[in-house]
Amino acid sequence: MFKFDKLVFGDSGWGDEFLIATLMTLLVSILSMGLGLFLAIITVWAKIVQNRITRFIANFYTTVIRGVPELLVIYLIFFGGNAVVMSIAKVFGYNKYIELNALTIATIAIAVISATYSSEVLRAAYLSISKGQIEAARSLGMNKFSIFFKIISPQVIRHALPGIGNVWQITLKDTSLISVTGLVEIMRQSRISSNVEHSPLTFLITAAILYLSLTTISGRVFKTLEVNYSKGFST
Amino acid sequence: MIEFLNSIQNSLIYKNFFLVLSGLDNTILLLLISLPLGFVLALLFALARVSKITLLSKTIASYIFVIRGTPLLVQIYLIYFGLGSIKFIRESFLWYALKEPFWCGVIALTINTVAYGAEIFRGGIQSIEKSQVESGLSLGFGKFSLLRKIILPIAIRKVLPSYGNELILMVKATSLVSLTTYMEMTGIARKIMAKTFAPVEAFIAAGILYLFLNFLMVQFVKYLEWKYNPHLRLNN
Repeated sequence: MFKFDKLVFGDSGWGDEFLIATLMTLLVSILSMGLGLFLAIITVWAKIVQNRITRFIANFYTTVIRGVPELLVIYLIFFGGNAVVMSIAKVFGYNKYIELNALTIATIAIAVISATYSSEVLRAAYLSISKGQIEAARSLGMNKFSIFFKIISPQVIRHALPGIGNVWQITLKDTSLISVTGLVEIMRQSRISSNVEHSPLTFLITAAILYLSLTTISGRVFKTLEVNYSKGFST
Repeated sequence: MIEFLNSIQNSLIYKNFFLVLSGLDNTILLLLISLPLGFVLALLFALARVSKITLLSKTIASYIFVIRGTPLLVQIYLIYFGLGSIKFIRESFLWYALKEPFWCGVIALTINTVAYGAEIFRGGIQSIEKSQVESGLSLGFGKFSLLRKIILPIAIRKVLPSYGNELILMVKATSLVSLTTYMEMTGIARKIMAKTFAPVEAFIAAGILYLFLNFLMVQFVKYLEWKYNPHLRLNN
């Protein structure tokens, strides 16, 4: 039933494969979290700017992606992404077959999902900054650029950190769905190993423990960051 | 106009839409069992979590910690592939349920939603002002009626918005059960894609149905909020 001896490192076990798979999960999570935050900033900008069209597009994007299962979004990007990229390339006169690698597709898919959650967090954090501060900064002669980097960003980061921590946990767990695209991360690795060794329980429990440690450790990291960023604000 | 209608009828999305629609009942069936069961169990678990019996409270806390720290996919696979590989489970009566992907899905979804729900309800229960409990006690309420008439109604209606979020997450989570060969909407969409090689059309058809399902869920939660929070209604 259990074959935990198969988890050793080296040729006779799956330990090193699992280590690489864990690093892959982390890599996908970090890349898609970063890309997701970037997309989220654009989405928030589109929502708060006084323009009906951008606001409609941003609202449509967040509503649709949040209302549709993550698995469906991943399938859509995995199976439909190549066609989209190829049709864009055709516009620029490139007619050969293009295939995106699994890591790129995984990162984009998870980022598209993660961005909808991040954008809500960032928007709430942005709205919590009182207008008076921005007006005061303007009256001191700061330009838009320095208002954004010196007044808005530091406060948004502080307010958004707990929420971003939650989004990180969701993103980390969502990367398990990427296994359907064939990218070898923890989930995929545990399926491969259990098929070879005929012991699903061993490797699925290993996967569960790995995910649990990843979420726990990153939770600790976010706690430390929160304490760090809210210095001077006793809670 | 007629030409336009014909072109819609011949389009792949239109045809796929009805194919995917045939999986809607399977999706709803999953929800119909796991959501009510999850609600009741989540309430019980939340009460156990706030109870003064340390062992009980600690056990529930670690259950919530494990379930919330691992992806749902791992839980579904553990139940579908993992439990099936244990010999004495295959020989026991449990196997009648566990050999069906449907029941594995229901069990996994319930286990998952109970953990999240219990944490939500715990927040609600702990946010109740002490004075309300004290005035209930001073009026001679017993422990049970205090729970039934004061603590639970206030707690539940307070957490309705966040529990509504959890319900929507559950609607989306049912799509993962398709990975255990259960043919609900996502499973059918994937089958269509394998047949027609037209992924975008198949998944958009499924996406529209999920959006509709979630829209209904949002309306249901809004109605519950309106019904159970009469003091927050803007106008009668």
